[in-house]
Amino acid sequence: MGAGVDPALVLLALTSVLLLGSSRLTRGIRIVAFQGILLGGLTVAAHAHELSARVVALALLILALKGAAFPWLLSRVLQRADVRREVEPLVSYIISMMAGTLALAFSFWLSARLPLPSLPISTLAVPVALFTTQVGLFLIVSRRTALMQVLAYLVLENGIYTFGVGVVQGTPMIVELGILLDVFVAVFVMGIAIFHINREFDHIDANQLTLLTDWTG
Amino acid sequence: MTPASISSPLSALLLAPFLLGVTRRTKAIAAGRTGPPLLQTYYDLAKLLRKSVVYSRTTTWVFRAGPVVGLAAVLCATALVPLGGVPAPCAFEGDLFLFAYLLGLLRFFTVVAALDTGSSFEGMGASREVTFAALAEPVLLLALAAIARTVGSLSLSTMYSGVDATEWSRASAAFALLGGALVVVFLAENGRVPVDDPTTHLELTMIHEVMVLDHGGPDLAFILYSGVVKLWLLGALLVGLIVPVRSGHVWLDGAAAIAGMIGVAVVTGIVESSMARWRLVRVPQFLVGAGVMSVLALVLTRG
Repeated sequence: MGAGVDPALVLLALTSVLLLGSSRLTRGIRIVAFQGILLGGLTVAAHAHELSARVVALALLILALKGAAFPWLLSRVLQRADVRREVEPLVSYIISMMAGTLALAFSFWLSARLPLPSLPISTLAVPVALFTTQVGLFLIVSRRTALMQVLAYLVLENGIYTFGVGVVQGTPMIVELGILLDVFVAVFVMGIAIFHINREFDHIDANQLTLLTDWTG
Repeated sequence: MTPASISSPLSALLLAPFLLGVTRRTKAIAAGRTGPPLLQTYYDLAKLLRKSVVYSRTTTWVFRAGPVVGLAAVLCATALVPLGGVPAPCAFEGDLFLFAYLLGLLRFFTVVAALDTGSSFEGMGASREVTFAALAEPVLLLALAAIARTVGSLSLSTMYSGVDATEWSRASAAFALLGGALVVVFLAENGRVPVDDPTTHLELTMIHEVMVLDHGGPDLAFILYSGVVKLWLLGALLVGLIVPVRSGHVWLDGAAAIAGMIGVAVVTGIVESSMARWRLVRVPQFLVGAGVMSVLALVLTRG
């Protein structure tokens, strides 16, 4: 385990809280990009004692995809879809952040009781991973803008990846690459979908999508 | 109680107004002005003390008690707070709660005195002050609890004498988070930018200033003095954490802490000249964010 693991995990948790409190989509995109960079660093730091070309390649790929490609793609969608740049929360920012604090406490409580197959790289790894996952889920249900839901999905994925890096040492490269490819396709499709939704309806409010139906009775 | 431990409250009482002068001078330099003299706060206090007081007929004894009780509370608090590694003259297990509640008492009486005037503006300021304090106080207590847990003591003096370079290397992540949380508490509790603007006199945006509009003369001097001493005390809690000089030598530790205090004052001045006051709705987010930082630090520390 490298020296950078704990700081990276703490920063990951803090950026998730920041995302709960941020009202602008552009800021959200920047935060998620920063999380991508953190995950790239975390991958290297977690394998610092046995750094192989495989790990470095994976870290670079994460950096390129999560730190650069996704943010670029999403900001492009945001520019093209000329919508209000706010996340339109269903739950206020302050309540969201307080819920985040509770989720953090819950994650630490839960991780202390969770039987794990192997020792995690840091005592923080499991709670932070659980917390990030919960933040992702919470953001998906509590923000109305479709773009924010894509960001939340990415945060969710970041949490799952952190869990993988923290607990399961030596996941096969092919699995990691497969997941990354899935995420890439998902974000790509969602980006295009948002653009089309916006062109049809002049908004990307996911709540109003329930009105979409063939049935006109 | 040793003679050396007197130095901690004594420096708070004597140097606190100077700290405000440093912040003001920093802001003046950043804005390209000469600014008032560094000792201006002392002159202000002397001027206010020589004035007579005017009391409105609508006020009661509560209004007169406000500044006096506030000053008394903050003076008691000076006896509890160590200056860096220099222990405070009065230290016992659990004195951190007494400290927090003495600051609470100061706030309570400022708020009650403001409400006693019956002015709607002062009521608005009081309401805001209490709203933000409800979020800032847990942050302070959680941060102190995290330090207490690391060092294994509930007394401020023992806690802060335990925060040394070895402890920093052991719990650097937690201490960095605590430093961030305490900076937020320092700015919020003392009504500095970005939470409150001490220089504003626009009714709709004031928090602390609006509560003391009706006070004058010696009463205002008491309020001003309690304000700067509170600034010093919360600054001392911050500096004790982020300047871990614990040589055991009173003069060296004290000098390092006072240098740290001046550093904090300069940084406050820079923060105030480089950013604007936030909208009131943003402030609770700022405080809750600091709360998350101290919760995380509390979890990270293992006693």
